[in-house]
Amino acid sequence: MTLLYFATLLSLVAAGYYFGRSRAAAVSQAALHSRPAYHGAFVAIAVLLPMLAVFAVGVPLAQRLAEAQAVNAFDPALAGDELRRGAVLRDIVAVAAGRFSGEPSAALQRAAETYRSLRSWSDALLIAGGLAFGLLAIAFGLRSLSARFRARNHVERFVTVVLFACASVAVLTTVGIVFSVLFETLRFFERVSPVEFLFGLHWSPQTAIRADQAGSSGAFGIIPLVAGTLLITTIAILVAGPIGLFSAIYLAEYASPRFRAIVKPILEILAGIPTVVLGFFAALTLAPWIRDSGGLLGLNVASESALAAGIVMGMMIIPFISSLSDDVINAVPQSLRDGSYAMGATRSETVKKVILPAAFAGIVSAFMLAISRAVGETMIVVMAAGLAANLTFNPLEAVTTFTVQIKTILVGDQEFDSAKTLAAFALGFVLFFFTLTLNVIALQIVKRYREQYD
Amino acid sequence: MMNTMVHVEVPAADRGPAADRAIKVVARGVNVHYGEKHALHDVDLDIPERAVTALIGPSGCGKSTFLRCLNRMNDTIPVARVTGRIEIDGHDIHDPELDVVQLRARVGMVFQKPNPFPKSVYENVAYGPRIHGLARTKGELDEIVVSSLRRAGLYEEVKDRLADSGTGLSGGQQQRLCIARAIAVSPEVILMDEPCSALDPIATAKIEELMDELRENFTIIIVTHSMQQAARVSQRTAFFHLGSLVEEGPTETIFTTPKDRRTLDYITGRFG
Repeated sequence: MTLLYFATLLSLVAAGYYFGRSRAAAVSQAALHSRPAYHGAFVAIAVLLPMLAVFAVGVPLAQRLAEAQAVNAFDPALAGDELRRGAVLRDIVAVAAGRFSGEPSAALQRAAETYRSLRSWSDALLIAGGLAFGLLAIAFGLRSLSARFRARNHVERFVTVVLFACASVAVLTTVGIVFSVLFETLRFFERVSPVEFLFGLHWSPQTAIRADQAGSSGAFGIIPLVAGTLLITTIAILVAGPIGLFSAIYLAEYASPRFRAIVKPILEILAGIPTVVLGFFAALTLAPWIRDSGGLLGLNVASESALAAGIVMGMMIIPFISSLSDDVINAVPQSLRDGSYAMGATRSETVKKVILPAAFAGIVSAFMLAISRAVGETMIVVMAAGLAANLTFNPLEAVTTFTVQIKTILVGDQEFDSAKTLAAFALGFVLFFFTLTLNVIALQIVKRYREQYD
Repeated sequence: MMNTMVHVEVPAADRGPAADRAIKVVARGVNVHYGEKHALHDVDLDIPERAVTALIGPSGCGKSTFLRCLNRMNDTIPVARVTGRIEIDGHDIHDPELDVVQLRARVGMVFQKPNPFPKSVYENVAYGPRIHGLARTKGELDEIVVSSLRRAGLYEEVKDRLADSGTGLSGGQQQRLCIARAIAVSPEVILMDEPCSALDPIATAKIEELMDELRENFTIIIVTHSMQQAARVSQRTAFFHLGSLVEEGPTETIFTTPKDRRTLDYITGRFG
């Protein structure tokens, strides 16, 4: 039915376009306000919009109606009982589609029959209605066409609206996500006070499900998670910052074009390594190596150390920093380099005193982007950083992060009204707030220090 | 014949023959290749000191290429290859003993488009003295900056804005800032690559006035598209065409009695 409807729609749209265009083409070209193709597009849009509207309104309406009638035919008393009504409805639909296993009762048969006939009636009605609307639209569109009709302006407005709608989808999705997390967070704060959450020094989200369970009091202080996240992120930036920035400088200012053409894509492949794979590397290769070499030096290193997770996370964000910085450095105009070289400056003086200051804003935003990636990264820390919420700044100990805790809390079957589960949303909200702040700061810096080159 | 020519008035004081002045730059058999392209053929040219020498010619004639040889800016272009001998004060600029950094400290350059660094006015001028270590104290640096800005005729306009960004000045001010930046390291030669082509007539007049003052102390070589400008500011003119030096001599001679047919055609506007 859906297929048939859209086939009708497409052929009517095509017909509308064709008639509109040929009608306009028949008029004297000199007097025509818009090119014939615009007239065709206008008629096509005039067909498309009402037919889509008929489908969007008609289908749910017909569905609702058929379901109500079918349930009524089965047992009028069911209307109030949401649970049983749903079960019966599933059976009716199954019988109607011939997918019911077992022998349906007479009442069920009757209800399915009602459902089936109503659906076929409504389907026929819908297609007929759509067809009628489409033909009317073609007639209306063709009638409004004339040499002076401003079809181009109407079509342009339609394009604007479509583009605006697409842009809105992205914005509305963000807003929707923020609100869904926000509401769960508020529910969490009904159970745990925000002060305890934000400033508590203990994190142990196991709460007792039954009154007689022991040993799980539940503590929701995020300071250890903040410390762990910051520790790992700091290590990651200490690794990736210099390596990323210096490799960008090398690629942009020193490397021969051939070397650059080979190395830059390879560096970007590093960004394409799934973080799960990087996580293996951290947990199975780097962490044991750090533990063993720490042992040789007489240091006590945990097998899941913040250091291992941080270093591997640093490797993950190197391409972000190097690739973006390379782009901004390349965007610095050649005339500035020439000016500096003509003053007798060497390459490194030029880089240090002219290129980097000119590219400063872009480099800062590359770093900020990399930091928010590191803060939000999950897989590497899940595999390499551990679960113990230690409040420590020692990189050789195990720490845990926001993302690890969110994942731990939400894995498996959960009930969505305990403080433990809701805590995940509160953590997510704090994380979101943190990266949002970082992005806002980065934007401000970029705005403040951006140099305009024409 | 005479009525088709550009009308040129050369001040009497500038009419001295080149022989009066010592030769600063000597070029012999200079060839430049950009990859496959032979951009400059066997150029021989003597450039007198403390005078303005104009290089003129149609687009793509090699005049800018020749200019960029003089401070080895072609080194920064990977595909460029320069052969031949260029001497400044009798010293070969391609001598392996001579560092390109030292050469460029002696041969400053001003570009077609003003290219101040994205730094304050002060830092723009202080850039050269800092990298070459010309000032030992902050006071000395201040003095260099102020006197360079003064000599570039910019000081009065920017004295209250030394800490503001150099990119915020007007186009003509930016170009004079670039000149101040170039003279801050006390070069002997200043190369100017169409320094006024991005400027309006008033800013252009200021720069031309400035060149006239600067030639008391510096050897100036200017590439220009404007024959009027060459006639106004230069004492000697060299005409380039299709990568070759066609003719050179005192500006007055070139513009009134050129020896070569091509020069005549160019200065009378028959091509270019």
